[in-house]
Amino acid sequence: MDRPIRVVVAKPGLDGHDRGAKVVARSLRDAGMEVIYTGLRQTPEQIVEAVIQEDADCLAMSILSGAHNHLFPKVVSLLKERGVDDVLVVGGGVIPEDDIPGLIDAGIAAIFTPGTTTTSTIDFITQNIKRK
Amino acid sequence: MFDKQKAGEIKAAAEKWDNNVKSKLEKQPERRVVFKTSSGMEVKRLYTPADIENMDYANELSNPAQYPYTRGVQPTMYRGRFWTMRQYAGFATAEESNNRYKYLLAQGQTGLSVAFDLPTQIGYDSDHGLSEGEVGKVGVAIDSLKDMESLFDGIPLDKVTTSMTINAPAAVLLAMYIAVAEKQGVSADKLSGTIQNDILKEYIARGTYIFPVEPSMRLITNIFEYCSKYVPKWNTISISGYHIREAGSNAAQEVAFTLADGIAYVEAAIKAGLDVDDFGPRLSFFFNAHNDLLEEVAKYRAARRLWAKIMKERFGAKDPKSMMLRFHTQTGGSTLTAQQPDNNIIRVTIQTLAAVLGGTQSLHTNSKDEALALPTEDAVRIALRTQQIVAYESGVAETVDPLAGSYYIEAMTNDIETRAMEYIKKIDDIGGAVKAIERGYIQQEIQDSAYKYQMEIESNERIIVGMNKFQIKEGSPKGLLRVDPVVGEHQKQKLVTLRQERDNNKVNTSLEALRKAAQTDENLMPFIIDAVRTYATLGEICGVLREVFGEYQQSVIL
Repeated sequence: MDRPIRVVVAKPGLDGHDRGAKVVARSLRDAGMEVIYTGLRQTPEQIVEAVIQEDADCLAMSILSGAHNHLFPKVVSLLKERGVDDVLVVGGGVIPEDDIPGLIDAGIAAIFTPGTTTTSTIDFITQNIKRK
Repeated sequence: MFDKQKAGEIKAAAEKWDNNVKSKLEKQPERRVVFKTSSGMEVKRLYTPADIENMDYANELSNPAQYPYTRGVQPTMYRGRFWTMRQYAGFATAEESNNRYKYLLAQGQTGLSVAFDLPTQIGYDSDHGLSEGEVGKVGVAIDSLKDMESLFDGIPLDKVTTSMTINAPAAVLLAMYIAVAEKQGVSADKLSGTIQNDILKEYIARGTYIFPVEPSMRLITNIFEYCSKYVPKWNTISISGYHIREAGSNAAQEVAFTLADGIAYVEAAIKAGLDVDDFGPRLSFFFNAHNDLLEEVAKYRAARRLWAKIMKERFGAKDPKSMMLRFHTQTGGSTLTAQQPDNNIIRVTIQTLAAVLGGTQSLHTNSKDEALALPTEDAVRIALRTQQIVAYESGVAETVDPLAGSYYIEAMTNDIETRAMEYIKKIDDIGGAVKAIERGYIQQEIQDSAYKYQMEIESNERIIVGMNKFQIKEGSPKGLLRVDPVVGEHQKQKLVTLRQERDNNKVNTSLEALRKAAQTDENLMPFIIDAVRTYATLGEICGVLREVFGEYQQSVIL
């Protein structure tokens, strides 16, 4: 790939906790990626629109409110509906381990829970980007 | 504190001692080259009387309940009675939360603290499109007075004090509380409790804003004015550093940005024609408690002293109550780890000690499973027991401000006050907290600290036990609390029934009256109370205000 990896960092739903999202966004940027942060309270439709408009390689979403089982899969299915199948989708937040298999099945490539280092997130994204 | 000659001798001896130690450091180096507090103060090897030689006891410390209140706001502090043990709780439906409250009261909790779900906090009914997936998740879903009646069913509102974490729609939830009390036969002047009602920190750090700054500040001053007349024992605002700290600030920034917000509220209320001593005594504060025990104690003491000076010198308050910074504390959610969650009990114990040694008026202790999910009943009980053990067994509550006079604590109290004053000066230069938020200055400062903290963890410069050191292989945690997704459907159904059963003409009339009043300068509280009584929903009331006021547009800072 001849251009830097482009990542949309998004906060779906009504959750206002964005410390993690912002720390991750900044660390991705420091790692040389181009980062677009959507800000709070994004609907799944708005997030999909941002991914398409920004021609992103990766979508990184964060939820700490417990609405992940509803919102993460919804974003993935909307992406599919819009014919977007080459964007790596990852998620993070306070997400119980029992929920992770279901989210992976729904098309989220990885879920990063509290305690994850930014380096492991950066590595995962770099190694798993679908667009070459 | 000492006469000049004595101070000079002590200083000389301390320097000599320090030089002697330094000469041996090459052979026996210390763990770090430089030791620092979270706020950036370099921590010295040893503190001696020389570090507080200029301290003027009467002016800087004084006795408890005396200006500048460094040592506490009550004369007997916990010898009179312990702090209020107040666990923040709420989830799923009003009925389920009501059960949790009764359980907590039966376990010896002394005040209630209501957590609302996000749709409630942002003024949407449970059947709104944006509420999908969020109903009942981080707190209880309240759509109308009906839900509020269930929430407090069997709990006499003249006997408990209730704190409600509600901000943008605080006026509506307070109105519902007043209306429930009315139905119980309790008049508003007997109610005591707190609404958070601190919109500025929502813009800065917590995110549950609705309206733009100006109408939001108006709603807040409307509440100040209304309560000073009709609900005199109510804490009309809880100016919150908690979320600022959770968002990543350090201790000095927590004090600085919280008090800067406080200044903005006082200025707004004075501008609206209120006298500082009419609303000043009902202002309350809310701080975090992190693991750095001594720095935290110094933080609370510095905050008290600084606020007293601000109210007296900057705003000319005359009533001592206006100068007293009373605060609630919650232990730091962001300090807890998902790894080896039992370790969190120890962290919470340290934080509890910090809050108590710092003179808090009330305390919520986090549960050990905070980093994983909402707390289970068992986890909440342990958290409450932590407070009870500190209260009844540790002995720290037996005298007032026991750490005063510690050379280190006093030096650090001075340092935090100085750093906070520097920030407040900077914010004043920008044009006040509102301008500083609109420009993203405060957010940027907090984010920089958050990033720095994370990098310190990743470079192992900062050790978090169980996370980046002393790790073990763990299975996935069992028995976490889950909110049944059916709660959303249940709330929607209740709304359908409500809209059929209530007198919709009355609802519409009250909402129209509110709309008209919102377009003028009138105090909106009486109109909101009227609307609530007709069972107008939270979403309908906030909807009318959204139409008149518009919505806040976040400035995205990265």
